[in-house]
Amino acid sequence: MKVEAKILLGLGLFFGLMCAVYWNWSLENAGGVMMFAAMLLGFLPGSYYYWWSRRMKARPEDDPNATQEGSAGVVGAFPGTSIWPFTLGMGAFFVVLALVFGIWFLVPGLALVVWAMIGGTAEGRRGGHV
Amino acid sequence: MTDVLHPPLDLAGEDHGHDEHHGPTGILKWLTTTDHKIIGLSYTVTAVVMLVIGGLFAEIIRGQLASPNGSLVSLAQYNELFTMHGSVMIYLFAGPFAFGALANIIVPIQIGAPDMAYPRLNALSYWLYLTGSITMLLGFFTAGGAANFGWVAYAPLSNSINTPGAGADLWIGGLLLTGFSAIFTGVNLTATIFYLRAPGMTMFRMPIFTWNMLVTAILILLAFPVLTAGLIMLYADRHFGTHIYSVAGGGVPVLWQHIFWFWGHPEVYILALPFFGMVTEIIPVFSRKPVFGYKGMVFATLSIAALSLGVWAHHMFTTGVVLLPFFSIMSLLIAVPTGIKIFNWIGTMWRGQIWFSTAMLMAIGFVVTFLIGGLTGIYLASPPLDFFTHDTYFVVAHFHSVVMALVLGGMAGLYYWGPKITGYLLNETIGKIQFWFLFIGTQVFTIPLYILGLQGMPRRMAVYPHDPQWQTLNDWSSFGAVLIGLSTLLFVVNIAVSWKKHPAGDNPWDAHTLEWFTTSPPPHHNFYRLPQIRSERPTWDYNHPEHRALAHGKHTEEDKGHS
Amino acid sequence: MPNFGVTKGVTTNSSSVYHLWQGFSVGAAIIGAFVIALIVYAVVRYRRKGDVIPAQTQYHLPLELIYTIVPILIVFALFGATLVVENKVVANPKTSVVVDVNAFQWGWKFAYPGSSAVVVGQTTQDPVMEIPVNTDVHINLTSTDVIHGFYVKEFNFSRYALPGVVNQFTIRAVNTGTFFGQCTQLCGLYHSLMFFKVKVVTMDQYTAWLNSFQNTGAAQASQTATQQQTSSHVQSKITASSGAN
Repeated sequence: MKVEAKILLGLGLFFGLMCAVYWNWSLENAGGVMMFAAMLLGFLPGSYYYWWSRRMKARPEDDPNATQEGSAGVVGAFPGTSIWPFTLGMGAFFVVLALVFGIWFLVPGLALVVWAMIGGTAEGRRGGHV
Repeated sequence: MTDVLHPPLDLAGEDHGHDEHHGPTGILKWLTTTDHKIIGLSYTVTAVVMLVIGGLFAEIIRGQLASPNGSLVSLAQYNELFTMHGSVMIYLFAGPFAFGALANIIVPIQIGAPDMAYPRLNALSYWLYLTGSITMLLGFFTAGGAANFGWVAYAPLSNSINTPGAGADLWIGGLLLTGFSAIFTGVNLTATIFYLRAPGMTMFRMPIFTWNMLVTAILILLAFPVLTAGLIMLYADRHFGTHIYSVAGGGVPVLWQHIFWFWGHPEVYILALPFFGMVTEIIPVFSRKPVFGYKGMVFATLSIAALSLGVWAHHMFTTGVVLLPFFSIMSLLIAVPTGIKIFNWIGTMWRGQIWFSTAMLMAIGFVVTFLIGGLTGIYLASPPLDFFTHDTYFVVAHFHSVVMALVLGGMAGLYYWGPKITGYLLNETIGKIQFWFLFIGTQVFTIPLYILGLQGMPRRMAVYPHDPQWQTLNDWSSFGAVLIGLSTLLFVVNIAVSWKKHPAGDNPWDAHTLEWFTTSPPPHHNFYRLPQIRSERPTWDYNHPEHRALAHGKHTEEDKGHS
Repeated sequence: MPNFGVTKGVTTNSSSVYHLWQGFSVGAAIIGAFVIALIVYAVVRYRRKGDVIPAQTQYHLPLELIYTIVPILIVFALFGATLVVENKVVANPKTSVVVDVNAFQWGWKFAYPGSSAVVVGQTTQDPVMEIPVNTDVHINLTSTDVIHGFYVKEFNFSRYALPGVVNQFTIRAVNTGTFFGQCTQLCGLYHSLMFFKVKVVTMDQYTAWLNSFQNTGAAQASQTATQQQTSSHVQSKITASSGAN
């Protein structure tokens, strides 16, 4: 996990330097704030990965001499077919249409969104289809 | 190296002995799928439909510009046309095709993963993309027409006084949906690449396409939330009485440009990096050599991403309110990593055994066209030169060179990976004819536009009554656009003619990377078995163990301690 | 040396910009030709012959360093040249000739502080900004509504007219004559027709022209306007802005 951490930390450092130069030189706040936020986006996950990479056990994908047996077993949870992404998507669609065509679109929109959140979470807890 | 048959990966207890999958069929299967291959295919089809829609708008624009006082469309309709042409092409075709279509299908199989890390989120991304596209296009059916303020929607033109009407709000709403679609894809790609690589596939053994998609995903996470925030503020100004972008309320119109372009410049690299990655897969395969300068490519990609966050105001040089030298030097510098990539592509071909499949022709066409577009971009990085080319056809020509290069790269990707995804080869003869129409059409389309820009023709002009002498070059450019349209038609013909004709087999191109080890199309959860991974070319190593990559300088075939 | 599509223009800055363009173009032409030659050579020379698998060379560090460092040096040279010309173009030396340019949907108003000269016109009325030759002319550019672009091809220059901001730049014309300008930043329905002209005359002619406004005042402004069908929205803008600034 070290390479991943270094990529994010490296980007964060570069953005931080760029922010320092830019903000002090231009005194322009919008760009300064946005670059500062970019720096945080590099440092936050990057430092987590760095901290975690020193504590985790070696993963087969980080081991240049790994064999396939090394990762036999469960790789992850991959919910198969699910109606909830479509439901949530349609809900979001109606919510956005409410921005344009009137607040009453929020009724079907939020209903679908809430239904999908509940259904999707329950499906996730159950393990879903595979 | 010994034989590499291994027991299959065990995924959540599923038995791979039989691949029957009892699940929904037909339209319900499509609505409920979470399989990255089907989602990616949906993205591809939708994106190509958007390409055709955007292309139709382009042909109407060219028709209007065929004479100095064209009356094919009204002034108002023309403003809608170029706004929606740009919007559809950038937001609804190029972006989703770049990171939602081929990346969705290919990245998991390039790294040996059974699917993306969050399959349901992946499906949600597609539905948000589809509904977002519909939302934006719904503008055409409203009384005031579709959005008409340019694909960049500058304030104050985009406020509710200057652009009342639902078309603008539908444009904003559509982008909110597609923006979240992109952000979720960014999350998914990053998590997949960080967590689901096969054993032995260290970061520096990933294919360059996967590297590019990782960096693209990080750029998406950096940039898209900024656009989303800016859009919400625009909507608030339009409907909630805020004055963020209007002078009257103490706001600053130029703030919109800072926010928009802080997203907008990384966006063009979000569009470009996936195609760079595709071409970096194709050129080595059809030169029968590994990619030249793998680590240099990774470094160049990371540099492009880093620098791209610091150049946004080169789109704002003529505002008079930005720090010119900072953005100038950063924009000039970003040419350097792009140059490194071009030299590495040439180095890959150098002393190779090049064969000119359609995919390879398209890839080489991409390199040449991107070179032209990239060189003209360097002029634009110099503020004094930008002052008089900004908002003229010179800029239009520059970015059309670059995006047509991306189209060539996308076609390369489709011809290369199409057989892997569908299981069938496309017709190479038709493909090569398509290539020549596309490549020549691109140059015939763009070169007159460069000249027109330097002759003073501004962009977003429906008519040019003061300068009838511009008609000749406009007509040449339109002829190029017709050639491009014909090439798209040839592509559709090729798909029809090749439908289920020639089975591709696992590896028709003798290609190098992991996806070519599995069947075409790949089975459910992608792999029955995986080879041992000891380099960035696991399939090549398996098929040609005596020709594994050499360190520089050595011309023997002996493998000296290469791990 | 070829002009690479650009002309010297009619101001002191426009010819500096022109020379910078030529310099960039020479560089671009050399680099472009070199890289295309490499590609063409590779594509011809290394065409597949049979089923041989070539040497699997992966990298060459010295070569890669060269084509990293040399482009960086080229970039710094281009930047240096850019800075020299940029400083000239953005300079605002003290001068007594000042024009307040006001862009609006969809026309231009030119006012001359210190006199009562005002010229205003919309779309194809082509309002004319008259300025003296061989003199630094300081322009204060702003907009009363949306963003517009002040562009004169012969000046090799353009600048945004921003609402709430006064952009200042200086022009020193070296030739007399009349030069076309138009709006280059999308500003709504009649953006394609937002024309104006710049008329460069001798200092004597300019002074006489300025003085002619003393007698007839703002009425002079509408002399340059021809009958034109306009929307009431635009009409009210003209009556509102044709008074003192």
